[in-house]
Amino acid sequence: MIWRSEMAAIKIKFPVSESEIRNLKVGDEVLISGIMVTGRDAAHKWMVENHPTEIADALKDGCIYHCGPIVGKDKKGGYFFVAAGPTTSIREEPFTPEVIRHYQVKGIIGKGGMGAGTLAACKEYGAVYLHAIGGLAAELGHRVKKVKGVYKLEFGVPEAMWVLDVEDFPTVVTMDSHGNSLHDIVEADSGKIRDSLIGIAK
Amino acid sequence: MAKKKFDNLQGHFLELIRRTSTIMPKDVVKAIETGRDSEKPGSPARSTMDAILEDIKLSGRTSIPLCQDTGTLIFHIDVPLSIIHKDLILTIEKAIAEATKKTFLRPNSVDPITGKNPGNNLGPGLPQLHLHQWDKDYIQARLMLKGGGSENVSAQYKLPDTGLKAGRDLKGVYNVVVDAVWKAQGKGCAPGIIGIGIGGDRPSGYECAKEQLLRPLHDINKDPKLAKLEEDLFRDLNKLGIGPMGFGGNTTVLGVKAGYRMRLPACYFVSIAYICWSARRKRMVLHPDGKINYYDW
Repeated sequence: MIWRSEMAAIKIKFPVSESEIRNLKVGDEVLISGIMVTGRDAAHKWMVENHPTEIADALKDGCIYHCGPIVGKDKKGGYFFVAAGPTTSIREEPFTPEVIRHYQVKGIIGKGGMGAGTLAACKEYGAVYLHAIGGLAAELGHRVKKVKGVYKLEFGVPEAMWVLDVEDFPTVVTMDSHGNSLHDIVEADSGKIRDSLIGIAK
Repeated sequence: MAKKKFDNLQGHFLELIRRTSTIMPKDVVKAIETGRDSEKPGSPARSTMDAILEDIKLSGRTSIPLCQDTGTLIFHIDVPLSIIHKDLILTIEKAIAEATKKTFLRPNSVDPITGKNPGNNLGPGLPQLHLHQWDKDYIQARLMLKGGGSENVSAQYKLPDTGLKAGRDLKGVYNVVVDAVWKAQGKGCAPGIIGIGIGGDRPSGYECAKEQLLRPLHDINKDPKLAKLEEDLFRDLNKLGIGPMGFGGNTTVLGVKAGYRMRLPACYFVSIAYICWSARRKRMVLHPDGKINYYDW
């Protein structure tokens, strides 16, 4: 594995161009700014089954963040993010290729990586998977500068689609738009070590 | 409950919840620091560990939960004879609902049949309470928060497991634990802490495994065979190279703790409770005169 970690973290602002996304490689540390939309299980089912148009503008050339936040309400009735770490992304694997294709989403942010379908869609349409740091709830909550709005609050606070304005949200590219997945590499490398620890000859 | 004793129990349990949710145990912080030092400067593993340590400080200063998944609340409480369990349970439930309103906890209980979230972290099966009667006059309450990501990568094996060359012995236990942690990759928010329950039936094996997570990372198992198993696994699991969040690195686990329960002749379960780096636990000792202390284990 070759890390491009000698370079300073790359800054990306959503909505973003395809060429900026195509330039990203597995292992890049990326700081995200701009518009971000949260979405978990209920939201993905809604997007794929209904193709709702109300969120299309926020998602075009934008990013989806797999997150069930803790959200507070201020005295004026506005929302603020208290804690916002990522949730495990693989649950959204059945929906993500279609979401990337239909809404032209360029960034999928979450935890734990995604599968072959998403990797192929990233290659075809020019998107990347950006791994956020699990449990960095307070820090990531602070990187949300403003809650611009929310859709489907009836799904409950963790499952609603929150539209956010974020600044310098730290992530690592673990699946790029060229068919490379850090998750596949680490699984294979660690698999060889596991085999030798257990005493299985392959 | 006698009126002169144990005033404001709800408030004390609310504070226990707040501390558990927002203040990292010192032994876990130390283990994360050691892990961070072992990662190559400039690597994503190193940046990740640095970010985690900064975030821990931020949560402690601001009472923001250490993770937005505040998980399942698991209580182990030693209760004086003067307290009626039914009353204590009602008090704890009120404290949980209040903690949720105050955003120390995320509304985390979902009805699996209707899909509805009541918004108060309560419902059938919650909270998980292990109440033990004792003859001391003070309450000792342990609380652990365990999130869903790590719960999803926990596992239970049956020995023998021929595919994993695991017979009914401690080498077999070793092999299945290696397999479970490999399968988890970074998905449990590595680096994790591994609790192992050897034996028992299916639920008690998992209970035993989860109880190991209440132990401080620096303790040594009184059973020398289990102490060796813990030491070997801690060293070898870090050789897997999965690293923080599965980015690759030297810190895959922060600790390994094992315990056992008697088993049936026909059964040999190995239960693995995987908890994330945000291993939130606290112990409260509350005396009837109001004197109170909090501990990290």
